Amino acid sequence: MNDGALVRLVDVHKTYRTGEMEVPAVRGVSLDIKCGEFVALMGASGSGKSTLMNILGCLDRPTSGHYVLDGADVSGLDRDRLADIRNRKIGFVFQNFNLLPRTSARENVELPLLYAAQRLTSAQLREKADHVLASVGLAGREDHPPSQLSGGQQQRVAIARALINDPEVVLADEPTGNLDSRTSVEIMGIFQQLNERGITIIMVTHEQDIAAYARRNLVMRDGILLSDKIVTQRATAEGELDKLATSRSNREE
Amino acid sequence: MRVGSTFNVAFRALRRNKMRSVLTALGIIIGVGAVIAMVGIGNGAKSQVEAQIASLGQNVILIFSGSTTSSGIRTGWGGAGTLKIEDAEAIRREIPGVVAVSEEVRSITQVAAGNQNWSTQVLGESAEYFDIRQWPLADGAPFTPQDVRSANKVCVVGRTTATQIYGNENPVGQILRIKNVPFVITGVLTPKGLSPQGVDQDDIVIMPYTSAMKRVVGGTTLRGMNVQIGDATEMTAAQQQIIALLRQRHNIRPGRDDDFTVRTQQEIAETATETSKVMTLLLGAIAGVSLVVGGIGIMNIMLVSVTERTREIGVRMAVGAHGSDILTQFLIEAVTLSSVGGVIGIICGIGASQFLAWKFQWPTLISISSIAIAFLFSAAVGIFFGFYPARQAAALDPIEALRYE
Repeated sequence: MNDGALVRLVDVHKTYRTGEMEVPAVRGVSLDIKCGEFVALMGASGSGKSTLMNILGCLDRPTSGHYVLDGADVSGLDRDRLADIRNRKIGFVFQNFNLLPRTSARENVELPLLYAAQRLTSAQLREKADHVLASVGLAGREDHPPSQLSGGQQQRVAIARALINDPEVVLADEPTGNLDSRTSVEIMGIFQQLNERGITIIMVTHEQDIAAYARRNLVMRDGILLSDKIVTQRATAEGELDKLATSRSNREE
Repeated sequence: MRVGSTFNVAFRALRRNKMRSVLTALGIIIGVGAVIAMVGIGNGAKSQVEAQIASLGQNVILIFSGSTTSSGIRTGWGGAGTLKIEDAEAIRREIPGVVAVSEEVRSITQVAAGNQNWSTQVLGESAEYFDIRQWPLADGAPFTPQDVRSANKVCVVGRTTATQIYGNENPVGQILRIKNVPFVITGVLTPKGLSPQGVDQDDIVIMPYTSAMKRVVGGTTLRGMNVQIGDATEMTAAQQQIIALLRQRHNIRPGRDDDFTVRTQQEIAETATETSKVMTLLLGAIAGVSLVVGGIGIMNIMLVSVTERTREIGVRMAVGAHGSDILTQFLIEAVTLSSVGGVIGIICGIGASQFLAWKFQWPTLISISSIAIAFLFSAAVGIFFGFYPARQAAALDPIEALRYE
């Protein structure tokens, strides 16, 4: 991390093989993301953004090229080493929340700690999970299973789960895709707060107005990076909530 | 590594699906319960047979006369009179380790007293017979060696015979007419019950063999002998020596068949317990089938569970679970189901066999080893039938698993 790049992709390719056909999904992406950035990765479906996200999340390995995360090349690691990297350095937030059903919010949040190298007592697990849940505004909801939480609350649980291991980077895959616009704003507000606290966030979205909450927008098309822009007119949660309120009152008039 | 938390994870998963866990374990509960109960019944029957065999006496060698092949006709054991009183004396004298010998003759004879009569087995024995068979008297006294030497007209009677002739009266001191010869009853035997072959062992009159030969059975040859050996380790040697001695005394050339048969109580016991052993095995095998069916139930549920929880597996992998963690988790779930089912099954099996023992008066015997084997087997069933689904789960690709609908 001598030059401050937390995430560095060097000419990353990913090719899927379906029978005889070779389908290139990512065709040479090079990218640096520094610590503390808030990046939105955009693109139409089939642009390769999901594949790139999987590589960034250490769920998949590039066919060629290098991925250096936090100063270590992770592109050639095996399944188990990648799992350890995911556990220690990456927090995931999914579009459909992916919480364990019939499992309390607290136990959902504890999940990554169960696979951590460092063993904690159940009291420590509980304390840590409750602390993170409180930080995303879910104090008092620790014992509720997902079925008793609203979509926005479920996504907060998922964010808490992503944060519990103090990851280097939080990867969010369409985090507002299943949420109404008001809840989406709230969730983006949480992401912005986290980013203010110095947490690096990479978010996949296809919505321009969600991408506007980020500091930097990347656009992919046909497996390559099409544009890389700093967001000049950033949306803020407070501002958007005001707008929502205004538009509602306009409609009512 | 992190096995502790994996246990925790597995138990949480089982608790999330209580009904399913209980139903899955039920297959194993029934299987193990059936094995325990069936084997208990089989072993009970076996031990009962063994107890009856043991009532033949300790370290007893039985010698039967016959079978000869003179003129091509073979008689059964005890049929041809080839054993003589002198043979018995020779065995007493020459075979080391012999504690007691009882010469034996027998016949089925009508006995009578007052206006009652009854067909029963009359056994002629020496005075040692009651010690050899460990057959004490319930009342009165046995006949003495002096009675045997003098061929006195005395006898002891079994419980059944006594009841048939005298009803509730005490037969000791009464006169029993056997072939119109009056015998004085000196004692009544303790009841022995049915033999392994189903013969009433108490339907009997025992008298000195000398008296029996002279007044009841006739003839000068013995049907057989009961020989008691002092030390169990000398049984085989004694058996060999008896055969050699009798062959020599009967002038049987090498290569010709014996005109007598020597059996140890051990051999008889083995034959008799063979049937109940087969029975136990058969019952156990049938019950074992239900245990295997229970195992397949576990496998079925685990496979369903892996499919249903594909997303969960994906999430676990995304947050850092290794394939081995997933494998262990599902294995622990399977083994927990099967071994908890095993423990409950053992309790149910013990309960069931106790119930059968109480309700139908069947002897049941549950050994620690059958409990241990049933438990280990049920755990093994969990591992065996849980491994395939667990490996399926561990081999999932996290990306695919997360996307699974």
